[in-house]
Amino acid sequence: MIFVTVGAQMPFNRLIRAVDAWAGRTGRQDLFAQIGSGEYKPKHMKWTRFIKPGKFRQLFQDADAIVAHAGTGTILTALELGKPILVMPRRGDLQETRNDHQVATAKRFEEQGRVAVAYDEHSLILKLDELACLKPSNRIGTQASPELLERLRTFINSV
Amino acid sequence: MDKSQASGKLIHSGDRRHVRRILAVSSGGGHWVELMRLIPAFEGHHTTFVTVDKAYQADVRGFDFYIVHDVTRWNKIRWLYTIVQLLKIVLMVRPHVVISTGALPGYFAVRIGKMFGCRTIWVDSLANVDELSMSGARIGKCADLWLTQWPHLAKPDGPEYAGQVI
Repeated sequence: MIFVTVGAQMPFNRLIRAVDAWAGRTGRQDLFAQIGSGEYKPKHMKWTRFIKPGKFRQLFQDADAIVAHAGTGTILTALELGKPILVMPRRGDLQETRNDHQVATAKRFEEQGRVAVAYDEHSLILKLDELACLKPSNRIGTQASPELLERLRTFINSV
Repeated sequence: MDKSQASGKLIHSGDRRHVRRILAVSSGGGHWVELMRLIPAFEGHHTTFVTVDKAYQADVRGFDFYIVHDVTRWNKIRWLYTIVQLLKIVLMVRPHVVISTGALPGYFAVRIGKMFGCRTIWVDSLANVDELSMSGARIGKCADLWLTQWPHLAKPDGPEYAGQVI
């Protein structure tokens, strides 16, 4: 199963439309999309608008791969569960979010080899074709870095 | 996520003087996921979580848990409602420490905490790579520990860089 998710905050029609077109063209039946409040309704994949957090994690668990916006929560969840993830960042100039922070986030994770990134729909389609070859990056643990935890502990204990 | 170690309510040391009441506040989505990754830092203290969807309670079983109305910068009329909810929680919990990973509800919580003499921590989200979040940039004066997760955003007068949530 390929789990497609755009988070709960804002619609992301551009991503859903592109993945839906790809599903139609390839005839793949095993996609499930969480589309938020987007007005574009997929024709070639099962979809829902919102998913409760517990169920959300379960869908990640069950998925072979994740296709998503470049939200931090989505990326971290995929990395925690060791799932390959392809992201397309939202763009500020298209009012898909308030600025280009997802582009910057995607670039950083891409540099670290942790996620695959498509910066536009054309590239998304190409990368979807290669999705089966996408390897998950090393699973990350469930905790912040020792440095950050230690800084917080020191501060809290000094109170 | 392995929550078996999420035992922040347990008092490990026999010395109760060192047990602090921590109020940990975040919005949903990535903010919450980032907050969950900080839980080990709260061990040995009494932590109360505040977020915007009761479904997140499953992530923090065994902890005190409250929800408040979600707000963004766009729906200002509802701000007051969230602020009143947070005020009540702060008065009830009487935290020593208020910590937030954002966004706006966490910003309010830190400001309210500061008003009541709490020590305050702001951890700006990993998502803010090029610049601090709007809340994160404005919270500097109210956050006793003001953190960014990107070294290039750290400045001598703050925010400070002290590692990331991964």
